[in-house]
Amino acid sequence: MAGRGAGGRAGGADLDSSAVGGPPDGSPSGAALRVRGLVKRYGARTAVDGLDLDVAAGSVTALLGPNGAGKTSTVECCLGLRRPDGGSVEVLGADVLRAAADPDHRAAVGAMLQDGGLPTSARPLRLLRHLARLHAHPRDVDVLAERLGLPAFARTSVRRLSGGQRQRLALAAALVGRPRLLFLDEPTAGLDPAARLVVWDLVREAVAEGAGVLLTTHDLDEAERLAQHVVIVDGGRALATGAPGVLTARSTASLRFTAGPGLDLGPLRRALPEDVVVSEAAPGSYVVSGDVDPQVVAGVTSWCAQRGVMPDALSVGRPSLEEVFLDLTGRSLR
Amino acid sequence: MSRPGPGSSSSRGPGATGTAVDGPSAAPLLARVAAQARWEAGTMLRNGEQVLLTLVLPALVLVGLARTEVVDLGLAAGERPVDVVAPGVLALAVLSTAFTGQAIATGFDRRSGVLRLLATTPLGRGGLLAGRVLGVLAVEVVQVVLLGAVAVAVGWRPDPLGLLPGALLVLVATAALTALALLLAGVLRAEAVLAVANLVWAALLVGGGLVVPAAALPGPWAALVHALPSGALGEGLRRASADGALDVRALLVLLAWAVVAALAARRWFRWD
Repeated sequence: MAGRGAGGRAGGADLDSSAVGGPPDGSPSGAALRVRGLVKRYGARTAVDGLDLDVAAGSVTALLGPNGAGKTSTVECCLGLRRPDGGSVEVLGADVLRAAADPDHRAAVGAMLQDGGLPTSARPLRLLRHLARLHAHPRDVDVLAERLGLPAFARTSVRRLSGGQRQRLALAAALVGRPRLLFLDEPTAGLDPAARLVVWDLVREAVAEGAGVLLTTHDLDEAERLAQHVVIVDGGRALATGAPGVLTARSTASLRFTAGPGLDLGPLRRALPEDVVVSEAAPGSYVVSGDVDPQVVAGVTSWCAQRGVMPDALSVGRPSLEEVFLDLTGRSLR
Repeated sequence: MSRPGPGSSSSRGPGATGTAVDGPSAAPLLARVAAQARWEAGTMLRNGEQVLLTLVLPALVLVGLARTEVVDLGLAAGERPVDVVAPGVLALAVLSTAFTGQAIATGFDRRSGVLRLLATTPLGRGGLLAGRVLGVLAVEVVQVVLLGAVAVAVGWRPDPLGLLPGALLVLVATAALTALALLLAGVLRAEAVLAVANLVWAALLVGGGLVVPAAALPGPWAALVHALPSGALGEGLRRASADGALDVRALLVLLAWAVVAALAARRWFRWD
């Protein structure tokens, strides 16, 4: 109940994760979520295997991973829905099991679960008003509903809503209590592009108000646009961690072009520096990787010119987050 | 799709505007539980199948049995059918709401993740449980008023002194039946819960000592029925209606069921 005065203002969040043991309405900066060495087992199967994770206040951390990577188990442990088998989880500065037992802590955490969890016979606005009543200072339900376009299906029961409509209602339910930590499990799955933009706007607004967001997604574009921090997980472990730009910059640039299949690459290899690797990744699709500088580009194009080969779709660039992801997990997300 | 439109002027109360005024905090405990009870009662009374189960069918049983003699009610000399049937139908109504309705609703809520989601809100598991029980009691008040009025209309004249013992029995029976409903919903799949809960309702209606008194049932079965929560509630309410007295044996039977079922539900109920 205690007000924080003018606290909780937007932006400038302290990325330092040092706030520990504070009450839910303590310092607005610092770590919203801090996970160290989290382990979750189901019988003999280890779903989460020593995972570290941080969500700073006023920022988005994206948890990227293929199905079965342990993302949902991680979220459930952070929400107190499952008891961790090892490691520590601190939610807004308090141990997760203590936090989950405290109504004010739960009020400060919003969750959009993958299975939705919306009562099937409920009407959207009645449900949202009900959830708002559980909070002391909820968002204005009408304004929130309007933003997410809920009035268009206010009189339809949850059972008859489309997947995208359910997603929007679930997001409204997660946001209605003005959470300081928000768990979003695939928030834009099944949404049309316009609805996706509305969801991204709302997430950015919550972040600007100081909320920390843990986003699990299959959508790498979403992670690149929303997240300041990305954790790529597989087999319950973090394979890579960093800002999206840092993750993609970690890989070296490559030059790609397409031409007729089966070109003799021997002379090209001899013409280029030794640490540059030339390969035909797929028939007719050539990749030159290594330290690709202007000399290498000139070498490739002059080799093409000598042979009368037209390099189509010639491009030089760093790999996308998706390519980094594929390299690390060997699996495709979509 | 709606654009981030101009802030609507419908803000009300502190913290209702778009900007963060206070840190998030839970509504007071009583407000949360009351909101949940209101939600539960509203959901039950809006659901057509539930209303059929909790009001329409009991009313049909009441009028049908009070006005005809198709079923042998084992009436004592001077007893009218409505004297036996009316308290029995109130017991049936309690069974419908506290057991069958709750088991089915909880079974499907568990499957669709509603219990998990509510556990993450300020309501929590304890608040959800309390809200559910209060919601059931609120619906039971509606049932008693409506079905009681129908019963009086067809000639029921209960002893006014029976109101207190009757209310006590209904309260304890609600605890026992709700706990049994949670036990059922917490261990079986939703479809199985639906089948079992409806089957139990029909079986107890016919032979559970609800509408047909235990005395009208065959010997050994009658003895067993007294030990069932349905039989204890039916017989207890008949006693309260007839002479305003508290059937202590019925109360003890219901208390025992409440304790055992609550412990079992606590032990075996799974939230997901």
